[in-house]
Amino acid sequence: MRKTALDCVHELSQSDERVVFIGSDLGPGVLSKMRKESPERWFMEGVSEQHVIGMAAGLAMEGFIPYVNTIATFLTRRCYEQVAVDLCLHDLPVRLIANGGGGVYAPLGPTHLAIEDIAIMRALPNMTVIAPCDAEEMRRLMTATLDWPHPMYIRLAKGGDPIVSEAQNGVSIGRSIRMREGSDGLFITTGVMTQIALESAGLLAAEGLQIAVQHVHTIKPLDEDGLLPAISRVHAVVTVEEGIVNGGLGSAILELCSARDRRSLAKIHRMGIPDAFPKHYGSQQTLLDEWGLTVSGLVTAMRDRLTNGSANE
Amino acid sequence: MVALDERSRHLRRLVVDALKGGGRGHLGSSMSVVEILRVLYDDVLRYRPTDPLWAERDRFILSKGHGCLALYTLLADKGFFPVDELLGFCRPESRLGGHPEHGKVPGVEASTGALGHGLPIGVGMAIGLRIKQSPARVVVLTGDGEINEGSNWEAAMSAAKHRLSNLIVLVDYNKFQSYGPTSEVLDLEPLTDKWRAFGFAVKEVDGHDTQQLRVILDSLPFDVSRPSAIICHTIKGKGIPFAEGNPEWHHKSGLTETDIRAMYDCLK
Repeated sequence: MRKTALDCVHELSQSDERVVFIGSDLGPGVLSKMRKESPERWFMEGVSEQHVIGMAAGLAMEGFIPYVNTIATFLTRRCYEQVAVDLCLHDLPVRLIANGGGGVYAPLGPTHLAIEDIAIMRALPNMTVIAPCDAEEMRRLMTATLDWPHPMYIRLAKGGDPIVSEAQNGVSIGRSIRMREGSDGLFITTGVMTQIALESAGLLAAEGLQIAVQHVHTIKPLDEDGLLPAISRVHAVVTVEEGIVNGGLGSAILELCSARDRRSLAKIHRMGIPDAFPKHYGSQQTLLDEWGLTVSGLVTAMRDRLTNGSANE
Repeated sequence: MVALDERSRHLRRLVVDALKGGGRGHLGSSMSVVEILRVLYDDVLRYRPTDPLWAERDRFILSKGHGCLALYTLLADKGFFPVDELLGFCRPESRLGGHPEHGKVPGVEASTGALGHGLPIGVGMAIGLRIKQSPARVVVLTGDGEINEGSNWEAAMSAAKHRLSNLIVLVDYNKFQSYGPTSEVLDLEPLTDKWRAFGFAVKEVDGHDTQQLRVILDSLPFDVSRPSAIICHTIKGKGIPFAEGNPEWHHKSGLTETDIRAMYDCLK
């Protein structure tokens, strides 16, 4: 997914002279073709994320469209005030391409785990937050980023994720995608949780439960009008995100229902990363298992919701 | 030390008008930069008050956004907006807030107030202007306390790396920050050596001597392959003797009529 995103930056830079790239201190050879073709629009600025964000803002003020890339935690926690003030307050078209959303950097420990990035990015006025589910969708979204007039946070997964998106569904920033139909329950997902939800829905179908999957690649602005009817039609809703439950996609769905469909509030169950820093290393899968963000975890959660109802909550 | 001439006193009276209107403001931080801004807007910067976004304008960023009363004064004086608006400082419907906002105030290039933001933005602008082969320059005015923030030094390294001779940093070195003397809170010395070590061509100037300021600013860039830095030695609260070098006047709220009258009296 990361390679696709950066390949897209290269392609966009070839067709649009406004496109510039800023990395912090990335691996050797990143975007070397773009560097060769357009050295004046390719920057590797060192481990200086606060500066990088300000510099991107300055370039955007001069009419450029900066694509900034580094590890997600350093694009969010490290320079949050710069993102808030320089990018969001000025409402500038800067794109933050964030490596390693969720548990991707599990072996590197909690300093590198972007667990709350979705929550803190969506808290900022004017910010757009997207988390594609696979490389193909990433490609479609990157094309759409060019003329989006606001700052944007693009969350990358590990890479090599199964392709589940379909070209025929297209992609439109701010619109969710119906990935699977179902009348009993609904998984609302973002990023690579969509794959897990689709597999879970398949298993639940074998049990006679018809579960829909609504993929929310754009967490902000939320596709309110697309999601509300989908939520109201089913008996149980499980939101699934590889991010901390406080303030993320699930919270956004609760906020939406609180404002526009209070009767649906009780049927919503949130799955995500609990309110704690991860204690273990291993792999992304280690952490997903720990967090219950697995096919069996989702199947159990949805089955319980449909079997036991929501009367107790 | 050169005495303040009538124009400098006039501009300060406008600052006091705004303080009176808002009943509050960063007096010390604004008074220290009046001559720097006066010379920039009178003699150095290229701009069009009726066309604030003119493509070839020089970009001026007041990174120490809390000094905005001086900036508002110069912008009003030059016709970016009516001078009367100064009286509405910090009032609910005013566009002149306690820190300057881009998009609200004509002539304000960037919203500042949180410190350490102006220089990174200025670096981005300077690079952008160079890509566009624009003759415009970027001038960033920072505070001394402000450069406690590490982001300035990240940006300084970048400015030197990119040989941004179209970027000028002015440091308002009034030697006081909110709590007290910079030498006690977080000593900046040797300040000139620091900027030089970070790759800048550096000069020092009495930041209240308009003639010296004019000469130095006319000689920009100091080096065609390096960004320029000017350490402006100033006096916090300059022109209001009871506020000069007095941290109590870094920012004041609840200004009384007596306070305001005393300030006008100093500026006759």
